[in-house]
Amino acid sequence: MWDGMISGMLTGISTTMVPFNIALVLFGCFMGSLIGMLPGLGPITAVALMIPVTYGLDPASGMVLLAGVYYGAIFGGSTSSILINAPGEAATVATALDGYPLARQGYPGKALAIAAYSSFSGGTISVIFLMIFAPLLASVATSFQSADYFALMILGLTAVSAFAGRGGVLKALLMVVLGLMLATVGTDQTSGVQRFTFGSLELLDGIEFLLLAMATFALTEALSLVLTRDESSDSLDPKMIGFKSLKVSKKEFKLIAPTIARSSVLGFLIGVLPGAGATLGSFMSYGMERNLASPEERAKFGKGSLIGLAAPETGNNAASSGSFVPLLCLGIPGSGTTAVMLGALIAYGIEPGPRMFTESPEVFWGVIMSMYLGNVFLLVLNLPLIPYFARLLAIPKNFMVPMILFFSLMGVYLVTFNDFDIQMMVIFCIAAMALRLMNFPMAPLLLGFILGGLMEDNLRRSLLIYDESIAFMWERPLTLGINLTTLFILFFPMLRSLLASRKNGKGSQTETVDATS
Amino acid sequence: MMKRLVGKLMLILALVGLALPVTPVLADQVEELHFLIPGGAGGGWDGTARGVGKALLDAGLLKQASFENMSGGGGGKALNHLISTANRQQGTMLVNSTPIIIRSLTGVFPQSFRDLTPISAVIADYAALVVAKDSKYQTLQQVLDDFKADPRSVKVAGGSVKGSMDHLVPAMIVKGAGGNPLKLVYVPYDAGGKAMAGLLSGDTQVLSTGFGEALGLAKQGEVRILAVTSDERLSQAPDVPTVKESGVDVSFANWRGFFGAPGLPEAKAQAYRDLLKQLYGTPEWAEIRDKRGWQNLYKPGAEFTAFLEGQEEAIGGMMRELGFIK
Repeated sequence: MWDGMISGMLTGISTTMVPFNIALVLFGCFMGSLIGMLPGLGPITAVALMIPVTYGLDPASGMVLLAGVYYGAIFGGSTSSILINAPGEAATVATALDGYPLARQGYPGKALAIAAYSSFSGGTISVIFLMIFAPLLASVATSFQSADYFALMILGLTAVSAFAGRGGVLKALLMVVLGLMLATVGTDQTSGVQRFTFGSLELLDGIEFLLLAMATFALTEALSLVLTRDESSDSLDPKMIGFKSLKVSKKEFKLIAPTIARSSVLGFLIGVLPGAGATLGSFMSYGMERNLASPEERAKFGKGSLIGLAAPETGNNAASSGSFVPLLCLGIPGSGTTAVMLGALIAYGIEPGPRMFTESPEVFWGVIMSMYLGNVFLLVLNLPLIPYFARLLAIPKNFMVPMILFFSLMGVYLVTFNDFDIQMMVIFCIAAMALRLMNFPMAPLLLGFILGGLMEDNLRRSLLIYDESIAFMWERPLTLGINLTTLFILFFPMLRSLLASRKNGKGSQTETVDATS
Repeated sequence: MMKRLVGKLMLILALVGLALPVTPVLADQVEELHFLIPGGAGGGWDGTARGVGKALLDAGLLKQASFENMSGGGGGKALNHLISTANRQQGTMLVNSTPIIIRSLTGVFPQSFRDLTPISAVIADYAALVVAKDSKYQTLQQVLDDFKADPRSVKVAGGSVKGSMDHLVPAMIVKGAGGNPLKLVYVPYDAGGKAMAGLLSGDTQVLSTGFGEALGLAKQGEVRILAVTSDERLSQAPDVPTVKESGVDVSFANWRGFFGAPGLPEAKAQAYRDLLKQLYGTPEWAEIRDKRGWQNLYKPGAEFTAFLEGQEEAIGGMMRELGFIK
């Protein structure tokens, strides 16, 4: 196995390290991060836009370029999340939770720098995993049955207390329920029946996640810039902003290093599963880190915590590398973006699958080796530009608001070319604005929405497969293991404070309430 | 999210297409075509329209082609658009496939293929029943025997909702073999790739999918195709028997083809049919067809209509029996 890997790496290096392909990696990363930076435009749009460019290239070069565009777009996606609270795609929603407050407090440079370092580390660490374990992990990707995915989604939901924000746990739970309800709109897969479509063709396919994310985050942000008149929401005084404060201190590095390590592993593993994806990777990394954080650090989550920024940013980049495992080793796309890339591979006449290592090693290893290079390029390309990006915050809001509105609406329209989506965004935006004014947090809504669809589909599949019995919840060791983890996360904080209160009489009551949600 | 796969676009190309003035084309000569795709980029319709368009351009049969993706309503939005703007759409071909029949039967949209001008079917993908490499099943007959003994022991995965093609095909096979299609347990996934992952993980025993989608992994020995729904064995996989050979009289072609706007002058429709016919002889077409695993299926005009009516009857009968239409 090691011999094969080393000869593969050499093939990959000799494929990648020719000037033409190095230039392609650079070009791909540049285009990807440029497109990803625009609010509303994410990796799917970026990859799809670049496919015509790859016609006429040989397969290895074409894939190297597309891969560069893909992780470049994920890398760049954090910029709009952090600066204007407008995530370009689902996987960077969690980045906005702490990145945006940090930028608003006058540290946009530092926030962007931490996002860049986290992305770089997450990307690089997971490429190492990809290189060593890819063939082995292909079997992990196919070991997850519907029952296991269902258990995983429940585990994901326990992260919700992490997103409570100012409104408290009860409001967060209400928003999760609202998200779960929105996820039921459209054609029900299991029965083929239309639900809550009001007889309208437009709602038949359900509600697009990006649409909901842009309406609840970017559009309401733009509106609240108009509505609120306090100093903090006005454009920041350029003198107040630490444009050049890219420096992340040693102490801060020490703080986020374990987070980056854990989130890389978790994000990568979730990315490997074809039924999960980068969005879940970022949300779960965020939730996990909050659960592990010390009480003082936990209080900072949602208000500009460095850990809360590093975790999802590492997680989504690691997951996007992880998603290459099912794509290259099985020919199974785990996300919309990898589905587009699969289409490109097939158009080149390459059949992804277990034999791709031996039949097209130059493509397989070329892509992997080019990822090392790409991650370095991204860091080098982005770090010097951060002070200029950060200056965006100094734009007066009478320019800023129309810009956010324009890019958000265009971004959604460019995915579906459906004008009804824009009308729907306006409706969601107004509803979300009202909820926001009442201090309802938006992140649990999105978490509920994204998990809701997956949770329902997998639950109903499991019920069909197990002849309507719920034995699937414990019958297989993998499912049982995930469920026990969920129970542990739910009850451990309760147990801990119970023990603590026994020791010191009255313990930290407030924490119990907070953490058991 | 996957079901709406993707979007994207050659925005510029699409805009150019929209802005093109509709120039009167000589009856026997087609210089430019606009392809209307009722789904997002990366799907089957998208691949067909762009593949045909590219082959036409490369073979020099066409000077200009533009593409427009219009997703929504399971393809209903584009259909509506073509009908309501028919006068401006003389140079447009709408790509479609078997789902147009299923969806107008279930009333997803009120129109049907009869509201359009049939140009021609161009390709077919046949359906296939697939098992994992270590499955105990070697033949379709073994699956059917087990199903008859205990319908719950054989569950079938598919990449689309209940009542869709992936569900109807195994139901027809079960019925053809004398079983009760209502007893068939169909497990839906939101995309063909995820259904394949479901089969490999052991969720279900059998997968119902497109032959082209299963061919890649079958060649690599990860899955085994038990039977294909074509009339004769296919050249890409001569070892795979047809359903008919297994003693069940069922055949099914998921056609893909093109429609013109309603009221399209016959001369123009004929010119489009001739253009597509010319394409079949070109090396450019042979190359793209082989790459994508497509099968030729040329059924122009009236032949197309008759074929669609036959398919509508077969599918409609099955759907009534399963209770999807009353």
